[in-house]
Amino acid sequence: MTATVVSAKGLTKRYGSFTAVDAVDFTLEENRIYGLLGRNGAGKTTIMQLLTGQLFANAGDLEVFGRTPAEHADVLRRMCFIAESQRYPEDFTPAHVFKAAPWFFENWDAEFAERLIADFRLPVKRRIKKLSRGQLSAVGVIVGLASRAPLTFFDEPYLGLDAVARHIFYDRLLEDYAEHPRTVVLSTHLIDEVANLLEHVILIDEGRILLDRDADEVRGSATTIAGARAAVDAFTADRPVIGREGLGGLASVTIDGRLDQAERIRAAELGLELAPVSLQQLIVHLTGTDLAGSTEQEKAA
Amino acid sequence: MDESRPIFIQITEQIENDIIEGTLAEGAQIPSINEFATFHRINPATALRGVNRLVDDAIVEKRRGIGMFVTSGARDRLVERRRAEFAATYIRPLIVEAEKLGLDIDQLAALIRSERIES
Repeated sequence: MTATVVSAKGLTKRYGSFTAVDAVDFTLEENRIYGLLGRNGAGKTTIMQLLTGQLFANAGDLEVFGRTPAEHADVLRRMCFIAESQRYPEDFTPAHVFKAAPWFFENWDAEFAERLIADFRLPVKRRIKKLSRGQLSAVGVIVGLASRAPLTFFDEPYLGLDAVARHIFYDRLLEDYAEHPRTVVLSTHLIDEVANLLEHVILIDEGRILLDRDADEVRGSATTIAGARAAVDAFTADRPVIGREGLGGLASVTIDGRLDQAERIRAAELGLELAPVSLQQLIVHLTGTDLAGSTEQEKAA
Repeated sequence: MDESRPIFIQITEQIENDIIEGTLAEGAQIPSINEFATFHRINPATALRGVNRLVDDAIVEKRRGIGMFVTSGARDRLVERRRAEFAATYIRPLIVEAEKLGLDIDQLAALIRSERIES
């Protein structure tokens, strides 16, 4: 039995005439890792700021741990939000940040933080404004992990972190999550890198939810069919097409939906090539300009 | 991990392969969910889903507080099932490709025999 941590209904945020978040409905269940994905300006950060009480919604109902997040200290205390460019007081060092962290996070594990500091080779005595971009990101990642908040948000946490450091982050996140389950929301552009960590994917585009599905369902849920144009067109005629490319007499069409064994054999007999579509490619197709956003609405209709 | 197919299915298949090949003997303990998750860098829920399919098929059994173990007779049942799927998974695509290349059934059989000798 899983408990609902976040419940949003018709959640809307406008800035003047611009609607950043447009009447979205979603829930976050306890102890799952979510991917909040989408292009720049899609509304991901705004949603996270609404959830953490940093912004007020213009319309809709929002409950976090059963209450409105803003002005409820007991709700805010159970959340940790790691922003892309976190600001710290002038003259602060990482050591100051880690010393102050337990005042805000009751589950703070200083020993775990020490291990992470060693993993990331972070100079804790250096002033934060003298740190490199990657080291600054490491400070945020360490706070996010060692705080063990029941609801943790990582908003593009690793600007400037190299591949080694990012993999340290993924490994430590998984290990610690396994031992101390909690709800994690990961917002990132590096979709291929995090795809396997996610249990559930929420894809946002222009303030709306384009896709809200378990990662296992999403994986392999689309297929690219390539070959002679006539054969490809015949094969994909009655299917939901989400992407289309062509070169001379050749065509490559991406469809939403799994192919069964019989269909695969038929495709092979027609001389068609079938290629898997990764989560990242699927998202490019769904949020790209060509045929954006037709699938989930069609399903809802 | 192969991106095209659900990862929990790949976890199931990998454990099945280990049992068929004998890397995991009957009665042996299999790694824990968290060990699978951190080793493959996947979500523990995904690993659990993969292992639970084996529990449902009685290939693996859970012993409360101890861990998960390969059941007796698991290997025979897996081999039997894989044999039943063999034609659809391997033979059918092979014939399709052979026909495309103009190889008849005797040539195909001869090719299989020669490969067998070489390996």
